[in-house]
Amino acid sequence: MKKMRNTIIYVLAIAATLILGIDIYRIAGLPEEQAQGAIFKIIFFHVPLAIAGFACASVAFVSSILFLVKKDFKYDALAVSVTEVGLAFLAGNLITGSIWARIIWGIWWTWDVRLTSALVCWILYASYMMIRHAVEEPTQRARLAAVVSIFAFIDVPIVYFSIRLFRTQHPAPVFFSSTGSFPPDWSFIVFCNLMALFMLGAIFTMIRLRQEETQRELDSLRRLAHAF
Amino acid sequence: MATVRDLPITNKSLAVQRSRAGFARLVFVVMAKDLRAELRTKEAINASAAFALVILLLFSFAFDLDPDTNRQIASGLLWLVFAFAGTLLLNRSFARELPNDCLDALVAAPVPASALFLGKALANYVLLFAIEMLSLVVFGIFYNVRWTVQFGELMLVLALGTWALTIMGTVFSALTVNIKLREVMLPILIYPFLVPALMSAIQLTLELMAGRPIGADKVSWLQMLLGFNVIYTAVSVVLIESVLVG
Repeated sequence: MKKMRNTIIYVLAIAATLILGIDIYRIAGLPEEQAQGAIFKIIFFHVPLAIAGFACASVAFVSSILFLVKKDFKYDALAVSVTEVGLAFLAGNLITGSIWARIIWGIWWTWDVRLTSALVCWILYASYMMIRHAVEEPTQRARLAAVVSIFAFIDVPIVYFSIRLFRTQHPAPVFFSSTGSFPPDWSFIVFCNLMALFMLGAIFTMIRLRQEETQRELDSLRRLAHAF
Repeated sequence: MATVRDLPITNKSLAVQRSRAGFARLVFVVMAKDLRAELRTKEAINASAAFALVILLLFSFAFDLDPDTNRQIASGLLWLVFAFAGTLLLNRSFARELPNDCLDALVAAPVPASALFLGKALANYVLLFAIEMLSLVVFGIFYNVRWTVQFGELMLVLALGTWALTIMGTVFSALTVNIKLREVMLPILIYPFLVPALMSAIQLTLELMAGRPIGADKVSWLQMLLGFNVIYTAVSVVLIESVLVG
């Protein structure tokens, strides 16, 4: 089982590296966009990072529900692993967005719909990590964290709609309007990047899962040692 | 401090108790117990009300207010005061049960976790609403804001916004009750979750403080607030069993 998982990790790692390498080569060869110059190429990573982050949140939501229903710790381990990976993806998304905004808008941050909801989403899942750190007893930690994860997942669409309601009434002055269409072969690169990120996410999650399992094993051994 | 005597346990058998009581009565019993315990000690309401007044005082130094800006920031300021004072109050909701192991007794009592939760939430609601009314009066006097112009609609917004604060606060109060850094964790956890509700309440209150009724363009905020309350009340009632009992 462990050996099989290692093989999967290696295969996925090779595939992800290959895809990312080819993509970066192709993106570097693309012409510069008329209005934005070279910086527009950040979109090839910015968008897939957001989608991958959201996919992680969905997996965390499902595995949190499964934990509460089945009380099996493998779902809790999956939830925490995938949430951590998702947080990293979302942080990447926020950072790449900020870099792009600095160059195109001239500012690092604006309280626009998407930016604000992405930030609130990040904070929600960061609070999930905080509650995990705050509770020591493993069963209680898993239970409470699962509840927070479910709450957070439900909050994300509500936050998005509420902020859209707010900002459409007061449009931000620096709003980038893109009327140009995205060529289909460019969309293909975005899709490839997304696949590579999914693989990367799977790899990180599996490595993190193994850490969680080892941690649990250590905990139970320690408890056993204390019992004598 | 709550004592085991306050619990709805009598010498009648459990089944008899259940069949006669009904869910609503259990909720009411828990609510009455919480209100009684709080009104006897007054520890949470005193702290919360005093805190609200102090923040109102501080805000007057933080912003040098002329009447125009005053009107613009009034509703945001007010809801921040409610949110801050609210966490102080809600923190105590479950923490109050820790001494003498009352929480264990409550969980073991023949009361479903959802009834326990709703009872506590209703008690918190009453207390928080009272503190909000007090702050509103003080606010009207100190900041010279005429908040009574749209009284009925303001009360509606206040009622809905307070329920949002209460439901999230109570469920997270239950979540954090056994955590060491409870006092700090509760606000950190609930404020991000409350973003949509607070934003709706602030937008609506802004309109009402300016003397305008809730127009057609603001109705969607009311729906947002209502939707938030319905969704989170339902989810909390479903999940509270996992939080309290496991």
